[in-house]
Amino acid sequence: MTDPVLKITGLTVEIPTRRGVVRPVRDVSWDIRPGEIVGVVGESGAGKSMTGNAVIGLLDRPAHISAGEIDLDGRRIDDLPEREKARIRGRRIAMIFQDPLTSLNPLFTVGQQLVETIRAHLDVSAGEARERAVALLDRVGIPDPGTRVDQYPHQFSGGMRQRVVIALALCAEPEVVVADEPTTALDVSIQAQILDLIRELARERGMGVMLVTHDMGVIAETTDRVNVMYDGEIVESGPTARVLGAPEHPYTQSLVAAVPRPDRKLRRFPQVSYGGRETAFRIEDLARDWPARPAGDGPFLEARGLTKRFLEKGSLIPSRRRWFTAVDDASFAIRPGEVFGLVGESGSGKSTIARMIAGLYPLDEGEVRFEGEVVAGAGATEAARDAYRSQVQMIFQDPFSSLNPRHRVDRIVAEPALHLGVIPKANVTARVGELLDRVGLGAEAGLKYPHEFSGGQRQRISIARALATQPRFLICDEPTSALDVSIQAQILNILKDLQEHLGLTMLFISHDLPVVRQMCDRVGVLKDGRLVEVAETARLFEAPEHPYTRELISLMPKTDLLSNAGLAAE
Amino acid sequence: MLSYILRRILQSVIVLLVVGLVAFSMFRFVGDPIEQLLGQERTQADVDRLREALGLNEPFVVQYLGFLGRAIQGDFGISYRQARPVAEILLERAPATLELALVSGIIAVVLGIALGVFTAIRREGFAANAIMTVSLIGVSLPTFLIGVLLIWFFGIGIEIPVPWGDGTISTKLFPTFGRGEVVDLGWWTTGLLTESGRASLVLPAITLGLYQMTLIMRLVRSEMLEVLRQDYIRFARARGLKARVVNFRHALKNTLVPVITIIGLQLGAIIAFAIITETVFQWPGVGLLFINAVQFVDIPVMAAYLMLVSVMFVVINLIVDLLYVTVDPRLRIDGGTA
Repeated sequence: MTDPVLKITGLTVEIPTRRGVVRPVRDVSWDIRPGEIVGVVGESGAGKSMTGNAVIGLLDRPAHISAGEIDLDGRRIDDLPEREKARIRGRRIAMIFQDPLTSLNPLFTVGQQLVETIRAHLDVSAGEARERAVALLDRVGIPDPGTRVDQYPHQFSGGMRQRVVIALALCAEPEVVVADEPTTALDVSIQAQILDLIRELARERGMGVMLVTHDMGVIAETTDRVNVMYDGEIVESGPTARVLGAPEHPYTQSLVAAVPRPDRKLRRFPQVSYGGRETAFRIEDLARDWPARPAGDGPFLEARGLTKRFLEKGSLIPSRRRWFTAVDDASFAIRPGEVFGLVGESGSGKSTIARMIAGLYPLDEGEVRFEGEVVAGAGATEAARDAYRSQVQMIFQDPFSSLNPRHRVDRIVAEPALHLGVIPKANVTARVGELLDRVGLGAEAGLKYPHEFSGGQRQRISIARALATQPRFLICDEPTSALDVSIQAQILNILKDLQEHLGLTMLFISHDLPVVRQMCDRVGVLKDGRLVEVAETARLFEAPEHPYTRELISLMPKTDLLSNAGLAAE
Repeated sequence: MLSYILRRILQSVIVLLVVGLVAFSMFRFVGDPIEQLLGQERTQADVDRLREALGLNEPFVVQYLGFLGRAIQGDFGISYRQARPVAEILLERAPATLELALVSGIIAVVLGIALGVFTAIRREGFAANAIMTVSLIGVSLPTFLIGVLLIWFFGIGIEIPVPWGDGTISTKLFPTFGRGEVVDLGWWTTGLLTESGRASLVLPAITLGLYQMTLIMRLVRSEMLEVLRQDYIRFARARGLKARVVNFRHALKNTLVPVITIIGLQLGAIIAFAIITETVFQWPGVGLLFINAVQFVDIPVMAAYLMLVSVMFVVINLIVDLLYVTVDPRLRIDGGTA
């Protein structure tokens, strides 16, 4: 067995604050051997990224290493002076960031950024550096690198940008690469390509890779060994197959169980129970005062020939304008009480459809019918539209930007209900308190502001806001994409309860196929604005008809490795 | 690209026409120029004759169109007060204002950006905090007060006792009145070539530039702090680039994108603010000319001055928009996403 290229022993990171010293990373030890990919997995706040930053010497002040040591190739590096640390950075340890859209400087061409990095580390001429840059772009799989080297980052797609970021990290042939959530911002097909590339490069160049992620699927597919972090400490580590297949620590067990499975449908999501994170959601109380409104026969909501075009290039002369068709002739029907899923990659038109159905975008063509009445499109009357508006509510993806930071939570929750006049003014405070209590936040949450809550709590606020008008139809646009897996399980269970106990019908939009499998009764698959397949969920996953659906399903990270303990099938 | 420039120029022309109309219509409320031109001893016949001669009895629209038509040919009429062509008077006065504006503009931009970057990079340092505190004075004191304080300190001067030489040093260092000696180059008069001309420029330039400098500095600082938080800066550091390269190549260029707009607007403001500074220092520029014209209801001079200022604003903004496109590749229309 070869010696480790990177070895961390008893690493502790301290942040002095006004309320005393916080230690976000405590006594962490692990190592990476050349050519090996070691995963660090955990939820947000577990200290994974902090560990990565400590390795590359980029801890933001006042955070600092207070104990332990980091050795690179047998030589201690954490106590080197800043000048020597800077020489290791990029040259011997490189880093890949999460979001390729923000990690490249928009004002310089890709070539300029590569050349400057190469010349910062290697003693070569500008011409040689450029040749090397082109070769690197070629190696990371960018077609026509000779031309693309002179283009700006905005001219590349997300996946291509992440390849450029990887090329930048490889400039000086580093021995260790710290990859911090390298595929979290990417579509599933791009994610598979990038992970393949990282695996290939690690083997080919004998690089050690530290892969930081919250995604168990990525860990299962890519890493050789894994360290599970919880609240600043490593709770379990070992070969990936062993840790995921037979987890020993209760936290790892519940984390593995909470991963949404693509291969079978469960009645409920197993929740991460470790550390007492679960908060009650009192569905029975909600159901008690929920007005019973039996749905009629026939489809609940029908979309016919939905089409939306956006102006791509404006011009005074109408014939010279260029349009981009975001949604092209999409038709589907949602049955009363079901959860209808829409899946597709970014840019496929999922969110555009959600907004058209919610009435946020006008339709260019087609119509939306709600229980037979036209509510959007050419034949919609103002009265029908108003009646529809009080029946439909939306839950958005990002709980950080979908709540007004300057409003108190009680006002946020009350706003739609007050606007539509569903709650009498005198009862508002009582009703809002009750709702907040029932979604598990407690009535006193109304007096606080959104920034005082975590992501999962904010999404509960969004749910309370949506429920305040007692709607019958919920549009959920990627409701859990920004959340940790344990919080995701809680929120998805809440949504399931709403469907089951309150009889809500849902349009559920997601790029995450395993989540869709767990949540939806029927699913529509979108590609480039066209609906290519609509089927019952089980059939879609087990016998997909359209080649694109088959491709998407084949690209899902495999979870065969994961332990099945504690999963109750439906 | 060409169509973009043409469209911008067309918009600029419309802006100029509107500004001209507003300015011209406002003058009707300033007062009656005839009152100022003729003394106490006047007859109704004199008044009528002068009104007829100056075209003041025509309808407003006719007056405005006439003004525009002549202005296009470079004829801004005859000053009521000085009885000389307005264009000639303006040309004579313009170098003084432009030199003043240029020098204070350069001070404001160069020092503003340099101090802004410094205070952003050394955010926690004592010097940066001291500069930030002092800069509050620059932002909050009105221009005329700064001018008067500078005149008191450097013009009138105070005696500071020191234990050597004559026993005191005077702070009376710079002249505070007029332009000093100027050199006439035929089409341009400049104070930059003589000792007294340069000395005379110091206090007015500081007075005029101080506010703009502190504004630019504070703007650069906050933009830079924002940019330094971006992922691409972290990534640049993680790639092992030197702090100097990261700060001055990657961060500064991104900082300047939004700052350029404000700088453009502020350069226009420098010319507009020059009215106050020129009055305080009796600087013989167009601003002082305008103030005097207002007192005597010299409509041709006022109209020409306002048109001149708006032309400058519009041209500066046009340049800023074009600069913007050169700096930020994302705004280039032909740079489509591949």
